[in-house]
Amino acid sequence: MTWAVALAVGVVIAAGTWLALSRSLLRCLIGLALLGNGVNLLLFASGRLTVNLPPVIDAAESLLAKASNPLPQALVLTAIVISFALLCFSLVLAIRLLESAGHDDLALLRAAEPPANDATKPVLEEDR
Amino acid sequence: MLVFAPVLIPLATALLCVFAATMPRLQKGVSLGGALALFLAGMALLRQVILHGPLTLVAGNWPAPFGIAFTADRLGVALVMIAALMVTIVVIWQHSDVDKAPDGPSLHPLLHGVVAGACGAFLTADLFNLYVWFEVALIASLGLLAQGGSLRQLDATLKYFALNLVGTLLLLTGVALLYGTTGQLNFLALSGAIAEQGNPLHLPLLGLLLIAFLVKAAAFPFFAWLPASYHTLPAPVLALFSALLSKIGICALIRLLCVVLVPAPAELLTMVGWIALLSMVTGVLGAAYHWDIRRILAFHSISQVGYMLLAIALASPVGDAAAIFFALHHSLVKAGLFLAAALVFRHTGQYDLRRIGGLYAAKPALAAMFLLLALSLVGIPPSSGFWGKYLIVKEGLAQGAYLWAGTALLVGGLTLYSMMKIWFEAFWKAHPNQNWQAPDGARLTPAYAGLAIVVAVAVIAGLFPEPLLNFAVAAADTLRGAGR
Repeated sequence: MTWAVALAVGVVIAAGTWLALSRSLLRCLIGLALLGNGVNLLLFASGRLTVNLPPVIDAAESLLAKASNPLPQALVLTAIVISFALLCFSLVLAIRLLESAGHDDLALLRAAEPPANDATKPVLEEDR
Repeated sequence: MLVFAPVLIPLATALLCVFAATMPRLQKGVSLGGALALFLAGMALLRQVILHGPLTLVAGNWPAPFGIAFTADRLGVALVMIAALMVTIVVIWQHSDVDKAPDGPSLHPLLHGVVAGACGAFLTADLFNLYVWFEVALIASLGLLAQGGSLRQLDATLKYFALNLVGTLLLLTGVALLYGTTGQLNFLALSGAIAEQGNPLHLPLLGLLLIAFLVKAAAFPFFAWLPASYHTLPAPVLALFSALLSKIGICALIRLLCVVLVPAPAELLTMVGWIALLSMVTGVLGAAYHWDIRRILAFHSISQVGYMLLAIALASPVGDAAAIFFALHHSLVKAGLFLAAALVFRHTGQYDLRRIGGLYAAKPALAAMFLLLALSLVGIPPSSGFWGKYLIVKEGLAQGAYLWAGTALLVGGLTLYSMMKIWFEAFWKAHPNQNWQAPDGARLTPAYAGLAIVVAVAVIAGLFPEPLLNFAVAAADTLRGAGR
């Protein structure tokens, strides 16, 4: 099973990276969300992969030999909540950006950073 | 309980501010009360730490490596004090009309959210908990960035979001893989496990953590989020960000290289040293190009982060003390400079140096305060910046790192160029419009009061550096002592 999870982590992170490098705003944000989920999967796998084992140690044992490790599950739950909050924020941000900019091309989105057309002096911007 | 106070107080204040969202006056009062309470708790904690050494508290009283530990040492508490001071000034500043943040119902909860995230990151002794505080600070700062809602601000928010998210994901990857190989998350337990196992695989994993912290600290070549976003922020929020956000990364870096890794691998330290060099040079050259005061100051933040990284890379007790001293000095002085720039904007209506001038004649008090802060940033004796740079260069020369020390001196000269550019263009030269008169402001006093507090603290730290230097040396000693 380990190889399947490892493959899944690799594929999700690769797909996320590819999408995040896209010029389209929504693809970029979905890519970042995928990247986050790939890392979450990695975090989940960090405490050994076990099947159908309770996160309870037998009274006679002191090691997690016949139990699954509950800590990474708690960690990944936290990380999922955080990445979900960030995903929601980024989607609302995308809607607002699409409304005010009128396009979704990240290469043309330079409102905060006007293109430099003079090598020695930056352009004079209106302050706000 | 006191150890948790710097996290609980801002969180509780943020919550109370949410409840008071429909009553703006009450909300401002609650916010100021929370800021002052944080300051008092910081003072009490500082006293405890100076008298009795670092305090550790484990949530739920779990035995050592299992619970989530908070450790209040000198470094963390000093940064908490900076956070408390800055958030107090921001809340006071909001009573003025000097480039203040728009008074929405979510402003004060978000401000205290950033402070809670920063204070948590300064005090935690647990790697995963550090990630959580990074994210708390990130999401609250995103809210503050997007508050204005103009296209410039939304654009800046997107860039800040994307680049910082990659940083935190790298951190989370590092945390997951380190937990997978060592089974530990607590800094001290991790330190022991890494030293015991001696696994060569740990080096790339630690490198991953290092890169994540460098993204947060805005070091070369990961700094792009900082100059892309800072200049769109309203002045008080900008001052808070410049005082806290890059320090989160620096504080985490100091803990990684001084507490978790004892001794830190030479490869990582050399890498940090060269990154420091490149940060110093690119930051100061970027600043030389710009004419918008905020952009100039934002690029100088990158250059100043380079000094802190250089001090860390020297990896000696004196180097660590210099890094801590410099971080405290930079938080205050750079925040003060951004506040002074906001007052320049209030008097002239512009941030671009080509459109303004004549402020020395019109506003001599502002000119004097700006000059004190600018000379401190450059490092002219006797200013707080001088002592920080003196320690770094002296330690660099003592270790034979002549190129690093020489670059630090050269970058000091280029910093002087930028600061004098602002001085001559905004204050000394006549205003391009001969009929210009500084408009009278009805509500300038809170802004001048906030700036004066920062200037007073910075000047006192420069004139009487010994207590603060001793404090930084003791802070560095406890860090190294904690790792053994």
